[in-house]
Amino acid sequence: MFQLLQQTWPWYVAGVLIGLIVPALLLLGNKHFGISANLRHACAACFPAGIKFFKYDWKKESWNFFFVGGILAGAIITALFLKNPDPVVVHPYLLKELASYGITDHSALLPKELFSWSSLFTVRGMIMLVGGGFLVGFGARYAGGCTSGHAIMGLSDLQWPSLVATVMFMVGGFAMANFILPFILHL
Amino acid sequence: MSTTTKDIDISTFQSDFEARSLDMICINESRQQHPWWYNFKYMAVGMLFGIVFIKAEIISWFRIQEMFRLQSFHMYGVIGTAVIVGMISVWLIKKFNIKTIHGEKIEFHPKKFNKGQIYGALIFGLGWALTGACPGPLFAQIGTGSLVVLVVLLSAIAGTWTYGYFREKLPH
Repeated sequence: MFQLLQQTWPWYVAGVLIGLIVPALLLLGNKHFGISANLRHACAACFPAGIKFFKYDWKKESWNFFFVGGILAGAIITALFLKNPDPVVVHPYLLKELASYGITDHSALLPKELFSWSSLFTVRGMIMLVGGGFLVGFGARYAGGCTSGHAIMGLSDLQWPSLVATVMFMVGGFAMANFILPFILHL
Repeated sequence: MSTTTKDIDISTFQSDFEARSLDMICINESRQQHPWWYNFKYMAVGMLFGIVFIKAEIISWFRIQEMFRLQSFHMYGVIGTAVIVGMISVWLIKKFNIKTIHGEKIEFHPKKFNKGQIYGALIFGLGWALTGACPGPLFAQIGTGSLVVLVVLLSAIAGTWTYGYFREKLPH
């Protein structure tokens, strides 16, 4: 049993559990699944700067901070007790492509060559971590939600604007991974 | 479990609701007021989410790259299954008019279309493939000890703030 928990969980187990978060939050207190709103609440709580978009009672949304606090706690627990000791299995084509950019580490879920403090202070790391984060935050709010709010909650409620957003998430991702990222990784 | 439902001034509620619903997502539907520690139930759900995020490698930069290169079915399977389970759940809640555990009616609000769902989502997608993380996994990545992801998170908050600052000038 414990070994089963240590291994990587298959997609159907993860998919069902994540799907069940939608009714869990609705039943526990009429809350709609969404994570990127936390970034907005953080702005509203810390530096609203008189901007209308950040002037609202963020304390009413504090459930969402507890929710991401839970994500953080769950991650810490997993890293401490349920960690998969084996290297991450990566598709051989991807491994080969990444090796050509000098990225060979796949001992953990994030390659050390990109996700480290020393990488942060390179042009490549700066673009990927600081630039990437900025695009995620800006884009999610501009779109009115992220993968959880649109792709999972929105599609669950059969909202067609969420389908538009989900398709565009994928278009952006495909464009970046296949056409732009190779140039950035070469830096 | 006893709950206290206070009457909230409807006019402030509506104006506040309007400001928050600009998002069209993550609107706190509940008009009930509970003690703050009731929020721990959401933390419990979040914890399960965090564990799944890591155990199914959803927070992995490699899995996201494989998804966008069509080298793996894994992420499509996860998101597809989640959507199907979510759809069935929402359908059941609507069909049988299921209430919350506090007896409140569960509300749904139709999302309005605006151009942000095209431009904003495209920008989000670009960032998603760069960082290998959408907002949820960012928190989980930090939890696994990749503290440098704190920088990504702060940058995402800065991006959100910048959007708020330029909101009126952007096409919607």
